[in-house]
Amino acid sequence: MRYDLDLVASWIAPGSKVLDLGCGQGELLQHLHDTKGVQGFGVEQDEEKAATGISRGVSILQGDMAGEVRDYPDNAFDVVVLSQTLQQVAEPLGLIRQMLRVGKRAVVSFPNFAHWRNRCQLFFQGNAPVTPELPYDWHDTPNIRVITFRDFHRFCNRFGFTILEAVAVKTDPASRGGLVLRLLPNLRATYGIFLLARS
Amino acid sequence: MSEYADLSPGGPGVGAVEKRFFTFAQDEPFVLESGAAIGPVTLAYETYGALDPDGANAVLVCHALTGDSHAAGVYHGADPKPGWWEVMIGPGKGIDTNRHFVICSNVLGGCMGSTGPASLNPETGRPWGLAFPVLTIGDMVRAQKVLLDHLGVKRVLAAVGGSMGGMQVLEWAARYPETVVSAIALATAAKHSALHIAFHEVARQAIVADPDWNGGDYYHGPKPAHGLAVARMIGHITYLSDEAMRHKFGRGLQDRADFSFSFDADFQVESYLRYQGRKFVERFDANSFLYITRAADYFDLGATHGQGSLTKAFSRGDTRFLVVSFSSDWLYPTYQSRELVQALKRAGRDVSFCEIEAQWGHDAFLLDSPRLSGLVAGHLERTRRDLGRDLRRGLP
Repeated sequence: MRYDLDLVASWIAPGSKVLDLGCGQGELLQHLHDTKGVQGFGVEQDEEKAATGISRGVSILQGDMAGEVRDYPDNAFDVVVLSQTLQQVAEPLGLIRQMLRVGKRAVVSFPNFAHWRNRCQLFFQGNAPVTPELPYDWHDTPNIRVITFRDFHRFCNRFGFTILEAVAVKTDPASRGGLVLRLLPNLRATYGIFLLARS
Repeated sequence: MSEYADLSPGGPGVGAVEKRFFTFAQDEPFVLESGAAIGPVTLAYETYGALDPDGANAVLVCHALTGDSHAAGVYHGADPKPGWWEVMIGPGKGIDTNRHFVICSNVLGGCMGSTGPASLNPETGRPWGLAFPVLTIGDMVRAQKVLLDHLGVKRVLAAVGGSMGGMQVLEWAARYPETVVSAIALATAAKHSALHIAFHEVARQAIVADPDWNGGDYYHGPKPAHGLAVARMIGHITYLSDEAMRHKFGRGLQDRADFSFSFDADFQVESYLRYQGRKFVERFDANSFLYITRAADYFDLGATHGQGSLTKAFSRGDTRFLVVSFSSDWLYPTYQSRELVQALKRAGRDVSFCEIEAQWGHDAFLLDSPRLSGLVAGHLERTRRDLGRDLRRGLP
């Protein structure tokens, strides 16, 4: 499994109830089900990915995550996961509020826009960064949000989300390996993973 | 539902099968939701595969409006036509008969061996006709429950069905949640839209307007064949879609180079509809069509089981759900499946949903689709695995 998903999994208690928004083929949920007896539910927009996940035995709703999350009752889940998708969300504030309404905890991860490679591309080459983590041209990208760790901390402070855990990692998008960084994370980390709670 | 003879079965089937009959309510009549009572009641049914000793591998297949108990395999002798869901049921298929014990019964009110308006009324010795009581999807499901009890099946791993079969599946899940470990509802809804009821009404009117219908009392004379054929033609239009019809027929002419300048079937689509209508008349009873469409139109799961709330209708039990819709289905459009899914989520049920991109309209659930088979197989597999784990842990 992907390194960052392994870290996310380490925050989830056995037997808990988890909702994964943008779950793809349900890799994380399947892993959590098999190793921790977690009752997992996913939401995925793409028909093929959703169908593949369901065919593998994961409970997945094909649909738009912002719409689907609204139907769940309060506190329906122990943890709601939004993995590497925040940069693509139209209304991040509304979505995270919904996540912390239906879940007691929320896990949010995203690629760090302040990574030194992005900074270098902008500073030395003068173009919008295109990297393995953000591999799209400006005119053809699903990533409509530019997020750095500092921005996200500020965002959480301002809107009253408590950050219980924050991990900066250096890993490739598809890699099984990676490193947790403590020194200069906003400069060196490719991804940030945050565990949030209501204040 | 389309004539399944057109379908090519995908892979080897279950082989020769036999239609069986079960009769109950001989002493105590079977009381319907309307309050009327009938008895005795016979259901025609078929089974494929074998029931495991722990009884945990039974799958109940519910047929659509004009289907029957013959879901898979072929009958002995001259009838080579495979069952209506041959593409889904069989060794290694979506519902794998090497692993599952499949039961499919013809609904109460039907005309394929089950008690319906064409059956003899024991009090008069004549066919029931319109004296047959109006029934509901709930009545059909309660009758199926009696059959399952008779077969010694205490719990089904899944109830599976599309269209009106999907309505029965939902009824099962709401009425007997403890009996249904999982519910697979395809191309269906918790209640019909006005559009859907309107199509049914036009079809029913076509039947009752046929002079041979004779107030439903036609069993000793000519059948209302024309009216029933028109009803079927209307049905067929709704089972396809604009795109499917364009793809299948376009404006192609049938057996001619130019218009006949008459009202013969010049266009291929006309010829197709007339053929489907004729074929249907040979196998279906007009009164059954009236009763079954009525039952489907009356179906409103939220009203019957949730005092108006669909969420409440699903509040009991632990049944898990797989809901599937098809993008070009305008008879049971995706928004109705999404309403269902929304209610299931609010009720805290474990539910999966997928809208399959398909151009074939409502009929898509009957056609060979690796995607649909994969969804059903995966859902059954996980349900069985989790049930096995629960049983080992000693959970109910």
